[in-house]
Amino acid sequence: MQAVKYVRAASVDEASRLLQEGGEGARVLAGGTDVIVQARERTREIDLFVDIKQIAETMSIAYDAADGLSIGAAAPCHEIYGNETVRELYPSLVDSTSLIGGTAIQGRASLGGNLCNSSPAADGIPTLIVLEATVEIAGPNGRRSVAVEDFCTAPGRNVLESGEFVVSLKFPTPAAGSGARFLRFIPRNEMDIAVTNAATQVRIENGSVSWARVSIGAVAPIPLLVADAAAALVGQPLSDETIAAAAAASRAAASPIDDMRGSIRQRRHLAGVLTERTIRQAAERAAA
Amino acid sequence: MVTAQSEVASQYNVIGTRPIRHDGVDKVTGAAQYGADLQLPGMLYGRVLRSPHAHARIVSIDTSKAAALEGVKSVITNADFPRASDDVIDTGEGSAQLNWLLDNVIASDKALYKGHAIAAVAAVDHHIAEDAIELIEVEYELLPPVLDVRDAMLDTAPKLHDGLKTGEMDGSKSDGDSNTASHLRFAKGDMEAGFADADVVIEREFVTSMAHQGYIEPHNGTAYWRADGTLDVWTSTQGSFVVRDSVAPLVQLSPSQVKVTPMEIGGGFGGKIPVYLEPLAAILSRNTGRPVQLTMNREEVLLATGPTSGTYMRVKMGAKRDGTLTAGEVYLAFEAGAYPGSPVGAGAMCALAPYDIPNQVIDGYDVVVNKPKTAAYRAPGAPQAEFATEAVINELAEQLQIDPLELRLQNAAVEGASRADGFTYGVIGNVECMQAAQDSSHWNSELAGPNQGRGVAQGFWFNIGFESSAYAQVNGDGTVPLVLGSTDIGGTRASIAMQLAETLGISAEEVRPHVVDTNSVGYTQVTGGSRTTFAGGWAAYECAMDIRRQMAERAAQIWEVDAAEVEYGDDAVIRGPADDEGNERSFGFKELAGQLAASGGHIVGRADVNKTSSGPAFATHIVDVEVDPDTGKVDVLRYTAVQDAGTAIHPAYVEGQMQGGAAQGIGMALNEEYYYDESGDLKNASLLDYRMPTALDLPMIEPIIVEVPNPGHPYGVRGVGEVPIIPPAPAIQAAIADAVGLRMNELPISPRAILEATLPEEG
Repeated sequence: MQAVKYVRAASVDEASRLLQEGGEGARVLAGGTDVIVQARERTREIDLFVDIKQIAETMSIAYDAADGLSIGAAAPCHEIYGNETVRELYPSLVDSTSLIGGTAIQGRASLGGNLCNSSPAADGIPTLIVLEATVEIAGPNGRRSVAVEDFCTAPGRNVLESGEFVVSLKFPTPAAGSGARFLRFIPRNEMDIAVTNAATQVRIENGSVSWARVSIGAVAPIPLLVADAAAALVGQPLSDETIAAAAAASRAAASPIDDMRGSIRQRRHLAGVLTERTIRQAAERAAA
Repeated sequence: MVTAQSEVASQYNVIGTRPIRHDGVDKVTGAAQYGADLQLPGMLYGRVLRSPHAHARIVSIDTSKAAALEGVKSVITNADFPRASDDVIDTGEGSAQLNWLLDNVIASDKALYKGHAIAAVAAVDHHIAEDAIELIEVEYELLPPVLDVRDAMLDTAPKLHDGLKTGEMDGSKSDGDSNTASHLRFAKGDMEAGFADADVVIEREFVTSMAHQGYIEPHNGTAYWRADGTLDVWTSTQGSFVVRDSVAPLVQLSPSQVKVTPMEIGGGFGGKIPVYLEPLAAILSRNTGRPVQLTMNREEVLLATGPTSGTYMRVKMGAKRDGTLTAGEVYLAFEAGAYPGSPVGAGAMCALAPYDIPNQVIDGYDVVVNKPKTAAYRAPGAPQAEFATEAVINELAEQLQIDPLELRLQNAAVEGASRADGFTYGVIGNVECMQAAQDSSHWNSELAGPNQGRGVAQGFWFNIGFESSAYAQVNGDGTVPLVLGSTDIGGTRASIAMQLAETLGISAEEVRPHVVDTNSVGYTQVTGGSRTTFAGGWAAYECAMDIRRQMAERAAQIWEVDAAEVEYGDDAVIRGPADDEGNERSFGFKELAGQLAASGGHIVGRADVNKTSSGPAFATHIVDVEVDPDTGKVDVLRYTAVQDAGTAIHPAYVEGQMQGGAAQGIGMALNEEYYYDESGDLKNASLLDYRMPTALDLPMIEPIIVEVPNPGHPYGVRGVGEVPIIPPAPAIQAAIADAVGLRMNELPISPRAILEATLPEEG
């Protein structure tokens, strides 16, 4: 462990100022389930933790039909999957947040942290992508919003500039007839990092898919929005053929690496399998 | 839970019951002291610098900047140790050549695996020690790594050790240097005739990965080099005497100058026999005059302690159409890691052990590679060797269209059968295990759906005796403190205390077992080889008989009669001849215990045994799996473990051993592997990516205890810890074949491996 300074920020402005002054070695501390491990194992040079959990906006979960859902960047997973509105309207967020870590970790780990860690295998990000989340960012120059699919830029890297941090995630209210599902593949049944993961949201109107988003993870430097997979579905009734075409699009979009968690062939194949399974299960939710 | 208790158990009062373990309360309340819990006044904290390279010559080490850091008290390298000889010491489940042992503790001229210790520091706190090792400058000359046993055996392979020759069993050595440290061969019969007799011959190749024991407590070692020149060591170990006898020569002390106190141990499975940190702590303490504690983190445990061997194996077996096995030819090449000493010898002896096959040749090769030096792991060598042979037996059964348990029964080794290594079995429970499996509800159930399959496999392990000591005194209140040298990794305080209690005729709770240091009990071999309940129980039996004799003598003295007229009954009543008035004379155990002090002093019973006999154990496992053909994932649906325990002293702990062994075997079968890149970097040195099964990955493992008492033990004990790790891999391999028609001859059979075997080539 390195010697690390810890400051508890009382406001968004104070957090931003501390992060800017702290420079490269300053990191936001939400749940800390990634950054504390990185500091202890010295895989990331950190000399200042700026704890944002005292800022109400980063911890709140709020919903209204017009503005949709807002989840504070530091709100822990267990509060997200325990929220009645989330369970009712955004069950795919429950899929993701109940898979990140074990029960103890879920008491601390946040979706904002999962996003800012920017792992290609993050179990939160494909779901955020198919739910059309926007990332609310605060910084020295005020606030800005970024579409979540544009947030990650490389493994461990994202669009945040010096002094910027994620305050919250905003989700539109799902349109009628929508359903979304997230799945990951791991060799065991818990406590693992995805070999490949995927999320799909579909909207089904008059028996036909009117809108869709498919996202796959751990198969490229960043989680991918697979536009071709959605295009294979939209404008037609859901069928084995359209689902197979979407799965093929995901396999084609995947550009995975070989590593200790999976091989290229395995990941590419799983991108197709999980695309198919998430489409079918999202459609079941849309129909429910 | 099915437990088949034989009638034999009912002859006992304590044996066969399930008392609460004596160490249980301390463990569940957190009061038990593990190695890293130890705090000594003035203690320093150590840290080890490890090689980032798998194979490199160490050109220079500059420790000056680290030594100059404030708070750093000592920095050491291999040069701080006395030169070690090439003498070989016994380490219980193996042996160690001292110079190789020292080089593994801290590298001399070469780093031979990623994580190999290069230097160590002692500082006033952990953080300074961590900072200090980053200031040590090491210049390496990189050498090509040798990572696979087959590559290592090639003449053209880079050699890890100058001067290492291949040793043969007749004592001869190869002319040139080799990475093959030794070759052994066990043979009997006539192979040509054996294969000529066969109607079906199957020959297959097998590959297994290195796998780690995965004990949850990392290694630790604390040492205090006293001003009088004696050394105290505290550590989590399976053998405090082996630690004493390993550390002493490395630091040029005699064993009598070293006292080792075994701390509570959080798992070992064979991996906590070798020393790693203790000699470093000793030299750092000598240099500083202060106690020094070193602990490993998980990455260090996986990188730099001893997993079991990765292997390449070939098995060729022949059978007649009626199922009679006619010949078995086995080739085993085992990775020893960086220094010689794989468990290939034990693997070779176990390979065909469950079967009576007239013609056999088993070749074993011990081969060094640029990976950590292997250590014992639960039935060392057997899970690999028997995976290969059992897989071929199962394939033969399929080809011959004979039920796999029937084929095994038809060829089962029974009393009088001999192995190729010359050992002849006495009374064994091989057939009884197979029959209990046949009779089980599992074997007689139906599979429930598509992509499901069932597999079965047999396993054998030796279970040997050797040295154990048990000393016990009789308290005035009739309780009996028992001191032991065996560290308790599997409930052995309870199982040994129960045998003492049984012999004395008192309750398990009245015996108070304590694990003590090397100055407080006689020499005791490691807790390993499934020997502790066997030999430790034997020592407890003899210790109790010593107490019985002394109690009878004391009663005779009190009654003023001839000792020969006094008898200590199995009901713990000491009876003498009637007195002058014709009244019966007797003492209860407690009653006499209360009179010991006044009648001449307390009694201490003592036994130091060295039993070279064994209690061979067999196991039969049945497993149902379901394979997801789309993802390659294998779910274990149902699991039954049948095993001959001889006599189950504490059936709950026997069942626990059977379940734990099966769980580890399932891990080796499905996901556990040392995953190296081409440079020899271990890429999965964490429990996130080294995938042991979790509770959610296993069904309830149903144990069925068979009891065929071992006539070579006072209570019929065989030893139970190791054999249950052997059958899981071949049983699962067979179940996968049954489910989806895929015979996977490489371990682990991970989802990746299944997909790679089934996906079409990418165009």
